[in-house]
Amino acid sequence: MQPTRTAAAAALLSAVLASPAAAEGLVISNWDGYMPPDLLERFTAETGIAAELAVHATNEEIMGKLVASGGTGFDIVFVSSPFAEALNALGLAAPIDPAKVPNLANLYPEAMELAHDPGNTYSIPYAWGTTGLCYRTDLVETAPTSWMDLLKPAASLEGKVTMLSTDRWLMGAAALALGKSLNDTSAETLEAEGALLIEAKEKLLAYDDTTFYAKLVSGEASLVHAWDGWCNYGIAENPEIAYVIPTEGSDLWVDTMVVMASSENKDAAMAFIDYVLGQETGVWVAENILYKTPNKVAMEALDPGLLEAFPNMAIPPAELIGYEQLRDLGEGQRDFSRKVTEVMAAQ
Amino acid sequence: MLTRGARLAYLAPGLLWLGALLVVPCAILLVNSFFLRGVYGGIDYIWTVENYTRAADWLYLSIFLKSAKIAGLATLFAILIAYPAAWAIAQAPRRRQAALLVLVILPFWSNYLIRTYAWMVLLNREGLINEGLEAVGLIGEPLTLLNTEFAIVLGLVYNYLPFVILTIYAALARLDRSLIEASQDLGAPGWRTFLRVVLPLTLPGVAAGGVFVFVLSIGNFITPDLLGGQKIQMVGNLIYDQFLSARDWPFGAALATVLIMVMMMLLFAQAIAVNRGAGRREAREARP
Amino acid sequence: MIFRWHLRLTYLFLYGPIAVLMVLSFNRSGLPTAWTGFTFDWYAKLTEADALLNAAWNTLIVAAASTLLATIIGTMLAVGAESRRKSSALDALLFAPMIIPDIVLAIGLLSFYTLVQMTLGLHSIVLSHVVFNIAFVCAVVRTRMRQIDPAMLEASRDLGASEFTTFRRVLLPNLAPGVIAGALLSFTLSVDEFIIAYFSSDNTPAATTLPMQIFSMIRFGVTPEINAMATIVMLFSFTLVLIAQRADRKAITG
Repeated sequence: MQPTRTAAAAALLSAVLASPAAAEGLVISNWDGYMPPDLLERFTAETGIAAELAVHATNEEIMGKLVASGGTGFDIVFVSSPFAEALNALGLAAPIDPAKVPNLANLYPEAMELAHDPGNTYSIPYAWGTTGLCYRTDLVETAPTSWMDLLKPAASLEGKVTMLSTDRWLMGAAALALGKSLNDTSAETLEAEGALLIEAKEKLLAYDDTTFYAKLVSGEASLVHAWDGWCNYGIAENPEIAYVIPTEGSDLWVDTMVVMASSENKDAAMAFIDYVLGQETGVWVAENILYKTPNKVAMEALDPGLLEAFPNMAIPPAELIGYEQLRDLGEGQRDFSRKVTEVMAAQ
Repeated sequence: MLTRGARLAYLAPGLLWLGALLVVPCAILLVNSFFLRGVYGGIDYIWTVENYTRAADWLYLSIFLKSAKIAGLATLFAILIAYPAAWAIAQAPRRRQAALLVLVILPFWSNYLIRTYAWMVLLNREGLINEGLEAVGLIGEPLTLLNTEFAIVLGLVYNYLPFVILTIYAALARLDRSLIEASQDLGAPGWRTFLRVVLPLTLPGVAAGGVFVFVLSIGNFITPDLLGGQKIQMVGNLIYDQFLSARDWPFGAALATVLIMVMMMLLFAQAIAVNRGAGRREAREARP
Repeated sequence: MIFRWHLRLTYLFLYGPIAVLMVLSFNRSGLPTAWTGFTFDWYAKLTEADALLNAAWNTLIVAAASTLLATIIGTMLAVGAESRRKSSALDALLFAPMIIPDIVLAIGLLSFYTLVQMTLGLHSIVLSHVVFNIAFVCAVVRTRMRQIDPAMLEASRDLGASEFTTFRRVLLPNLAPGVIAGALLSFTLSVDEFIIAYFSSDNTPAATTLPMQIFSMIRFGVTPEINAMATIVMLFSFTLVLIAQRADRKAITG
C-alpha cells in the first residue's frame, strides 16, 4: 500500500474511532416522525436542557435493545403499553413523579385509569386509538360490520383482504371475533383462534402492517385490518376509504412514554414529559399523524373540520376506555408464540 | 510452505477480531439456550435442556425445510444467471471489466427497503408487469405474482445476484488461457473444454457464490415479509421473532444453535464435494 | 455473442426496479407503492432532510471503514488459511459470521459491549460490520488463492524475497480480482445492513445509518424523499463510472 493511501486510511479510521462520547442531556428514543420535528429544539430553548432524538423502527427492536443493555443509553422511550408494562416488570422503568409533571392535568380523566398502569405510575400515554376495518366503500358490496367479514370474507373479497402481521393484533382479531379476551392464553382459546386464522389465511392477500393503506389506495386490497390512525392516511388520499369498528369491539392501543430507571437525568426527563403534555404537541400529533391523543386540552382545540374528515378522530375517551387493552402475556407468552408461528407457517 | 511465524502473522489480526467480537458475544448469547425465559422476557438462570426439547418440533423443522427449499431455488437460479454474465464480463476488454463490475453492484447501493418496494410495484395485480402482459395480449387475467413463493425467490435472486457474479468473476478473471487453448488444440469441442477445464477451475468460485446466496437467503427476514406477504414463514423470521416478538431469548438461542449446527454440516459437506469436483485435493496432498 | 446478450438482459433485470424506484421519486403522495401523481417536491424537501443526509453520510463512513478493515484482515486470513493443512476448526470460524443469524450477532455484540462498558457510536457499528465482512472477503479471496500455484510463491521466497515482498509483488497482484470482488461485496453488505447496526449504535443522530433511519420511518410512512436520494446517488455514481471509462479510454488511445 502506498504511504498516501495508508495516511488516508489512518485518517479515516481515526475519524471513526474518535466518535464523541455519550451525549450530555437527554436521549429520547421514538419512531421517526412521531413528534414535531422542532420539538427538541423548542424544549431546549425553553428549559435549557439538551436533548437528542434516537429512532427505532418497532417496539420489539427497542425492547430487545433495552433488555440487552440493561436500559443504559436512553432516558425516555416511546413504546406501546404492553411493552411499557414489561419494562416496568423487568425493573427498567422509573416511577413517574406527578409533582414534576403538572401538565398531567391536561389528560382526560380516562387516560389516568388505563388498565396496564392505573394512575400512570410508570408510563404516560402519548396517543391512543382503536383497531378495526379499513375499506374501500366503492369496492365492497356491503359495508363490513363484523370481524367475521375480515376472517371469512365474501367471495368477491377473496384475495383482496389483508390482516395485521404483528402477533398480538393478528391473534386479537380472532379473539374479538370469537368473543374471547385479548389476553386469554388458555389452550382452548389459542386453539380456536389458530384454527380460525389458518382458515382465514387462504383467502388473504397478505399479512401486512406497513403498507396496507397503500394497498387500499391502489385498489390492490378492498378491505384491510388496520389501526385507526393509519386508515386515516388512506382516507387522506381517497375519500372512498372508510373506517369501522366491528360490532364485537376493538382493542384500545396506547403508545406511552417511559422514563428509564437507569437515567441519570430523571428530573430533566420529567420536565420533558411535562413539555410533551402541553397543548401544542397534542395538537400537532392529531393534525399531522392523524392519531387521537389522550390530551384533553389538545383534542378540544382541534378544528372541527378535521374530526369530520376523519370520523374516527372523534371517538370519545369514554368509548375508548371501554375496550380491552393488550397486556403483557407473562407465562402465557410461550404458548401464544408457538400458536402464532403455527399460523404464520401454515400453508 | 510458509514459516510458522509468517502464517501466524497472517492469521493473528483476523483471529483476534473474530475471537473478541464473534466468539465471545455469541457464546454469551448462546449460553442462554440452557436457561429459561423469565415471566416478562428476562432470563431465569435455571440450568435446563428444555429449550432443545421444545425445538425438536415438526413445526420448526417444517419451517427449516421450507426455507431451505426457497433458499436452494434462489441459489440455483442465481448461479444459472450469474455464470454466463460473469463469463461475458471476464471476456470483455480488460479496461472495461472494472466498469462492468461496478455497474453490476451499483443498484445495490440504493436501499434494500425501497428496492423491495419497487418490486412490489412491478409485481402486484395492478402492477406494471401484469399491465404489460395484458397490453400485449399474453394474458387475459392478471397473474398473482406478489405474495407468493415465486416473489420471494425472485426477490432473493435479485438482491444476491451481484454477489454471485462478483465471486464467479473473481474465479474466472485471468484464468490461465493456455489451459483452454491446450484443450482446444487437442480438438475438444467447446462444451467439453468448459466442462472438463473451465468449470472445475472455477468451481470453488461458484460454490462460494452459491454459499453466499444460500446463507443470506435463509437468514433474510425482510423479503419474505414484503414480497411474500408474510404468508410464508422462513427461518430468518422465526429466529428474529423469538428474540424480538416473543422475547424468548433462551428458546431463540436454542433454535439458532441448531440452525448453526445444521448449516455448518451442510457447508462442510459442500466444501468436500467441491474439493473433489475441482480435483484439487489430490494435487494438494501429493505435493511435498 | 450469446453471452453478451445474456449480460445485457442481466443488466435489464438489475436496473428494472431501479427505474421504478426513480419514477416513484416523483410520486405526489407519500405512499411507498401507489402512484398518485407527479411532483418535484421530494427533491426540494431533500435539501431540508438533515436527518436523512446525515444518515447517508454516516453510512458511507461505516461502509468505507469496515470495508477497508475487513478487506485487509480478510485477505490476510485467506492467505494464512490456505497456506496450511486444512483445519476444520478454522474453516468453521471463518464460515460462522455468515451463518449466525443477524439478530443473534446483534444482541450478542450489544451484550458484549455493555459488559465491557464500551461507549457506542459509529465506531462500534464499524467494529461489528467488520465481523461479517471479514468472512465474505476471506471466502472470495480463498477461492482465488486456490488457483495460485504454490511453486510461484516458493520461487519468490527461494530467491530471497522477504515475506512482505512476496505478498506485495507476487501474491497480491494474483489475488487482485478476488480482493476487489471481496471489497465490493463487503461495501454493499455494509451499506444495507440494518439490525446489527441498530444494536451496535447508541442510536443518536451522530450514529444513525441510512437503513436505520429508513426503517424507523416505516411506521409513519417511508416518503419518496428516500427515492429521490437514491436516484441522485445512482445518477452520480453512474456518471462517475462513465467518466472513469472515458478517461481510461483516452489514456489508452491518446
